[in-house]
Amino acid sequence: MSLGSGLAKGLAVTFRAMTRRAVTQQYPETLPELPPRSRGVIGLFEENCTVCMLCARECPDWCIYIDSHKETVPPAAPGGRERSRNVLDRFAIDFALCMYCGICVEVCPFDALFWSPEFEYAETDIRDLTHERDKLREWMWTVPEPPPPDPSAEEAKETAAARRTADRRAAERSRPAEQAEQAEQAEGDREPGEGSAS
Amino acid sequence: MDVLDVSLRIGGVLLAFLLLPLLVGQAEHKVMAHMQGRLGPMHAGGFHGWAQLVADGVKFAQKEDVVPQGADRTLFRLAPAVALIPYLIVLIAIPVGPGGMVGEVIDAGIFFVLAVLGVGVLGSLMGGWASANKYSLLGGLRTAAQLMAYELPLILAAASVVMAAGTLSLPGILDAFAWWWVPWQLIGGFVFFTAGIAELHRPPFDAPLAPEEIIFGAFTEYSGLRFALFLLAEYAGIVVVAALTAVLFLGGWHGPLPDQLGWLWTTLKTAVLCFLVIWARVAWPRLRVDQIQRFAWTVLVPLALAQIALTGVVKVVFL
Repeated sequence: MSLGSGLAKGLAVTFRAMTRRAVTQQYPETLPELPPRSRGVIGLFEENCTVCMLCARECPDWCIYIDSHKETVPPAAPGGRERSRNVLDRFAIDFALCMYCGICVEVCPFDALFWSPEFEYAETDIRDLTHERDKLREWMWTVPEPPPPDPSAEEAKETAAARRTADRRAAERSRPAEQAEQAEQAEGDREPGEGSAS
Repeated sequence: MDVLDVSLRIGGVLLAFLLLPLLVGQAEHKVMAHMQGRLGPMHAGGFHGWAQLVADGVKFAQKEDVVPQGADRTLFRLAPAVALIPYLIVLIAIPVGPGGMVGEVIDAGIFFVLAVLGVGVLGSLMGGWASANKYSLLGGLRTAAQLMAYELPLILAAASVVMAAGTLSLPGILDAFAWWWVPWQLIGGFVFFTAGIAELHRPPFDAPLAPEEIIFGAFTEYSGLRFALFLLAEYAGIVVVAALTAVLFLGGWHGPLPDQLGWLWTTLKTAVLCFLVIWARVAWPRLRVDQIQRFAWTVLVPLALAQIALTGVVKVVFL
């Protein structure tokens, strides 16, 4: 009786589904709880931007527009040479072209670009999807704090480096008198930084 | 029987005819959604989308009523009415409660009901032929084949109840009803209900509609209000078939409560059967045309004949 059992199974499955609560979230009423690192929109922390153009050059679909000019800064000390620096004039991302690959965020060496989970920026005209620096700066306020690393995760490189320096300083302060075994101390420098991961 | 009484009865039947199919439709929206892990309509009308079908009706009424160029215009326009009105007429003869709670007592009620039910299917056939569309014609022919196949078990199963009660009148059948009729006529009830679903071409017997293969069959060319009338006919048909099954095989108004509340029992039994129709649609896939035919001729007809034999034997030997 494979036929009959199949029919009964169909009835049972659908009935069980009916007795359970649907997991549907009614979107405009219930806003979604997005996971950390959600790729909603790209925010610009323009204070950090040095107009290095790496993001614009790495962007696969060329959707980042950057204009800048050079300004000279008076010499720091009398008799010195004038210094020049880049000033950002325009920073725009065309979200109609952007494919949310995140290469610009990855490649930025000065931490000026961030992912924000904000996603409600639909427009009725495709040209309105090119957002200028003031809008991108506003989105910076919606960037969440990065989530803490997993308990068993490898320590971040910058944390490890900072810890190593701190440990070395502490070791130097604790035994200033003993200058004799400097070679041994150099060995000990490396130990705490690597030992801390375990 | 004065004018007031007649108009009250007709008004009641009309109200039921306008309201119950919408209730079944809304129940189908919600039950089907929850069986598939969805919510169904949630916004129309504010509370859990109760006004979804009203909104659908408004939408259908606004749409253009297109008649294809090659169509037989008169038949094409007439078909939705032919599909819908028989169910209204059948509702008049279905007894809801004891003591004359019925639109009109007809002596040969069961003949009348089955004859008029058969007319409803002609609407799809007319629409399929008049549309001048090969998919519509295919759907119409499948409808006709299905009508031929399932009308026989339907009538045989009904005949079994008629033999048991010794009367053709629907209230008369219910007057003769006793609780042990339910197990006695169980096979007949199954055959009648299944054949009824098949005549309405509801899933799993919806090969004549089959939106994925022949694009709603006879309804391919229909739009706007006429399409809505066909849909309404489908849901009115569910109500009628469920109510008839409840009256003939499940004892209609008979139940533990006093007779004044008999209409509640009829309604409850009809509602449960309507739920079964919806459930079958969600749970089971569509049968092929040949499977539908085979099921009718090799399963339902023999079962109906066996039921008639059983009824006759019990009637002659024990009663």
